[in-house]
Amino acid sequence: MSLDEPKFSDLDALYSPDAKVATAMYEDPALFREEMEKIFKRTWVYVAHESEFPDKGSFKLSQVGLDPVIVVRDRKGKIHCMVNRCRHRAATVCEVKKGKTSSFQCPYHGWGYGLDGSLRAVPYPEQYGDDFDKSQHGLLRLRAETYEGMVFATFNEEAEPLVDFLGPEVCRYVSLFMKQGGGFPVKVLGEHQFNVPMNWKVQLENTTDAYHFPVVHKSFMQTLDAQTEDLFAFMDKNEGWVEDLGNGHSIMMMMPDREDLDARLDDPVEPRFEWLAEEIRKEGYSEEQVRKITLAVGGPGFNMNLFPNVSLSLSFFRVLTPVSVDQTNIRHIALGMDGGPAIANQTRLRLHEHFQGPMGFGSPDDAEVWERVQRGTAGGEELPILVNRGIVDEEPGVMGPRGHVSAETGMRAAYSMWKRMMQAEVAP
Amino acid sequence: MTEHSKIDPRTLLWDVTEFLWHEADILDRKDYDTWLDLWIEDGVYILPIGEGDDYENQLNLCYDNDKMRRMRIDRFKRGFSISSAPAADTIRTVSRIAIESAEGDMITLRAAEHLIEDKFGRQRTWAANLSYRLRKTDGGFKIDRKIARLLNSDGMLNSFSYLF
Repeated sequence: MSLDEPKFSDLDALYSPDAKVATAMYEDPALFREEMEKIFKRTWVYVAHESEFPDKGSFKLSQVGLDPVIVVRDRKGKIHCMVNRCRHRAATVCEVKKGKTSSFQCPYHGWGYGLDGSLRAVPYPEQYGDDFDKSQHGLLRLRAETYEGMVFATFNEEAEPLVDFLGPEVCRYVSLFMKQGGGFPVKVLGEHQFNVPMNWKVQLENTTDAYHFPVVHKSFMQTLDAQTEDLFAFMDKNEGWVEDLGNGHSIMMMMPDREDLDARLDDPVEPRFEWLAEEIRKEGYSEEQVRKITLAVGGPGFNMNLFPNVSLSLSFFRVLTPVSVDQTNIRHIALGMDGGPAIANQTRLRLHEHFQGPMGFGSPDDAEVWERVQRGTAGGEELPILVNRGIVDEEPGVMGPRGHVSAETGMRAAYSMWKRMMQAEVAP
Repeated sequence: MTEHSKIDPRTLLWDVTEFLWHEADILDRKDYDTWLDLWIEDGVYILPIGEGDDYENQLNLCYDNDKMRRMRIDRFKRGFSISSAPAADTIRTVSRIAIESAEGDMITLRAAEHLIEDKFGRQRTWAANLSYRLRKTDGGFKIDRKIARLLNSDGMLNSFSYLF
């Protein structure tokens, strides 16, 4: 297929100016392949958190779209990202999900690569001749940049710097999100992983969708204490908002009084965490730290969706990896305080298990409705999917429109970026 | 084995097998109230991720004390959880039972579980290593701890609307 003449030249028919999404967007395998090329091969994609490979020589496997990659720190601590494929006969050079090493050696014929992906050793090199250039046979490298511990990579040499792609408002909110470290560095505590038979954009739409929350998560709400239940009653309170933060990113501010945890440091400990505060006091922390840590355990009050594959959702990261037009892998990454009180991290782990993952009280219901979307689109192909909710009362925000907390403003932000990227001509 | 042990070593394997099969049957029939009665109140039901066994300090798929167990069952039963209304149907077998120890009234054992789920016309297969701490009481065995470690617990799973 020549990318000079895209099959999908009528992008308005796929995502219309009045915010209607064509069924083919979830169903067409050729469109999926073009998305992998024009979006996942061109933009910044989240690959890891720095705490997952903290030391020199430590690495973890990840994905950029369909490409398996290795994210690694070299001997100087510099982060590299490269495709997990030997330049000789394509075998993966690493199948350990996470670990520490001084090099990567292909198991097939022994080609050895340094931590920066450069080709170091080729057994019996004589048969390649004198003009064999090792420097042209390193692992295929991606650019890697970080913001607040989040590591992103891109195949696109011309892509703008990561912080420009995120933009000032996203950067500001990411920094606020990381205050749930409670004065300690934020650390990945573990992850839940599950596959859902759905197109990746069904997930892309979800993290800043407040409209589904009281319906899909009714059974989760029924298991909360009164105070937590009140926190989640954001649909009735009408205080929050959803805002387009540019470049496809969006925020759903559910609990505006938890936007900046530091603004609440003088508040008394919330009744639901008094028992926890008492435990932390026993460990000798100051009253100020006790308040800071218990606030951090509760987490901030917003979800943010970063185009195209990562969400910062109250207290965790949600990472999507497209597999095929109707298969998407989801990872829910639990976060905690590196060096914080064990009881605080235990509490966060139990809260994460309560909602997230294959046996959570929330995720399985999300997975069910996402799969229902994919199953539903088998019928009525000519019918559009509506993401126009809340256009009627949107107002200008800082970088884009801001709508009611249940508005589909975040989906429109993502689909506008989708369209922008799909419009671009990609050199063959 | 103490003198006052409630455990009869001559029939132990048969006794625990009967108990595990009874539990498997209960879970496949989703007779969850009966399942809750099999537990000692401070018992813990855990589905860990990966190899680790520091369950309190690691992320698990579930780490249920009595309160969480009851909430989980309540959620399954109330009908508001779309993934459990209806839940997937399951058929499981439990076998390869190995008794590790039997002291006083406590028995620890391992077993293998194979489970097939059916929903939306598709079937998925799961395998798990089970590990139990059972207490022999006058009313029969009670579960003090149950760990169900899926063979691919640290891999890509699907969501579950039932128990292992």
